[in-house]
Amino acid sequence: MMTNEELKNKISEMLPSATYEEGGEWLNIFIAPEELLSFAERLRYTKGLDFDSLFCLTCVDWKTNFTMVYHLTSTIHFHNIVVKVKLDHNNPAIETVCNIWRTAEFLEREVYDLFGVQFLNHPDLRRLLLTDDWVGYPLRKDYDDPINMIKL
Amino acid sequence: MVEELGITAEGDQVINIGPQHPATHGVLNLVVTLNGETIKKVEPHLGFIHRSIEKMCESLSYRQFIYVTSRMDYLSSHINNHACALCVEKGLQIEVPQRGQVIRVLMDELTRIASHLLWWGAQAMDLGAFTPYFYAFRERETITTIMEETCGARLTMNYMVPGGVMVDLHPSFQQKVKEFITLIKSKIDEYDELVTGNIIFQNRMKGVGYLTAADAVSYGCTGPTARGSGVHCDVRKIYPYEVYGKLHFDEVLETEGDSFARYLVRMKEIKQSISIIDQLIDNIPDGDFQAKTKAVLKLPKGEFYQRVETARGELGVYIVSEGGTTPYRIKFRSPGFSNLSALDHMAKGGKLGDLVATMGTLDLVIPDIDR
Repeated sequence: MMTNEELKNKISEMLPSATYEEGGEWLNIFIAPEELLSFAERLRYTKGLDFDSLFCLTCVDWKTNFTMVYHLTSTIHFHNIVVKVKLDHNNPAIETVCNIWRTAEFLEREVYDLFGVQFLNHPDLRRLLLTDDWVGYPLRKDYDDPINMIKL
Repeated sequence: MVEELGITAEGDQVINIGPQHPATHGVLNLVVTLNGETIKKVEPHLGFIHRSIEKMCESLSYRQFIYVTSRMDYLSSHINNHACALCVEKGLQIEVPQRGQVIRVLMDELTRIASHLLWWGAQAMDLGAFTPYFYAFRERETITTIMEETCGARLTMNYMVPGGVMVDLHPSFQQKVKEFITLIKSKIDEYDELVTGNIIFQNRMKGVGYLTAADAVSYGCTGPTARGSGVHCDVRKIYPYEVYGKLHFDEVLETEGDSFARYLVRMKEIKQSISIIDQLIDNIPDGDFQAKTKAVLKLPKGEFYQRVETARGELGVYIVSEGGTTPYRIKFRSPGFSNLSALDHMAKGGKLGDLVATMGTLDLVIPDIDR
């Protein structure tokens, strides 16, 4: 198991352009969208890191950008990291990681369904939870549905 | 005509299982592509009970949103509440009193037994044995009665709040749990005799729905589904919360990876839960059951993640806070969702009749998947 500090040193060597967010429980790494695929591959297959499990994939709408959040863990070493990627708000698109972690196929469909993020090279990018003819992306902050939405 | 029958150009037949099929145990729709009786593809269609709980939570306070989560995985409602309460406590750095912690763990383990019992009955029923279902419900009834006395509800308990538990235990709690433990210990052997050792049942379960350890990890499977493939993934062991670190229990691992292995994991987990309750029931510390908290909770700006082990696997609660009274974004990492994503891989190449045996051992709860 590597500590956050050790992980940070190792990842700085791998990807000098990565930036970090301190203070959280786990190491938060910000990378550029075009770096995601090669970086994810190296996280998955580098000896000593072995991030073989993508246990949570989600997105946060920050109004100025969408932030993709990938929670990764290793079932060998039991260390965790969080990889974050900021996407353009007008045209959010990013490479799929479902060839590295199979679970991403469903999780990305969910994010596409609820946030409208396009996953490039995804084998089957369709709405998952909502009907195919649904208009809009409910988890975006500017989404409004005066009839169905519950507010207290 | 051909299209009407759902036959594709290659001569494969496409059939719908669900959303109103008894073996899906809820409103799940599986579109299965068949070549004769051999499964070529299983495509889950979700969303029949999607309520967008994550969006709903964005407009609820940190005390209110916990109640909605009882409606996700309704068979582990205590554990869902537990995860949310822990996540809020992590943000506010609240220390739960010992009594509160022990009560929570006791409730979690009772819930786990109840959930596994229901699954056991349903699994046997899916394969054509109806009696176990009644046996399971008979014993589960004792637990729901215990829950009803203390929490005031039988299914969606809403008992855990940030800081501890809502009310103290009912005076008869200890007595009734002890009675239940004595009862279930004798019944477990009966279950094994009735179902586990049954040669017809074994033949239906063994050798179907194989999942290797590497695939289980890649598909994000957790809980008994992954442990049936030998993946060490029990959150209670790896990232202990509350008093789990001080307790003696084994993480149940089977290496076979088929439906029967997953079945055995759950049956053995019931025994482990019994042992946990045995250790705690006479040692509930005195004192407060709830820490003092402010009436209005405000989480500091930041991100908090908490995972717990539900009856189905790892439940994660991810809260993004902007420092206000409501969360900016909440994500529930549901165990059933990831487990279901492996179904296509597990069922492919198998026979249609075995699909039910495979799907049953994933222990799907549909509201947990759709949220």
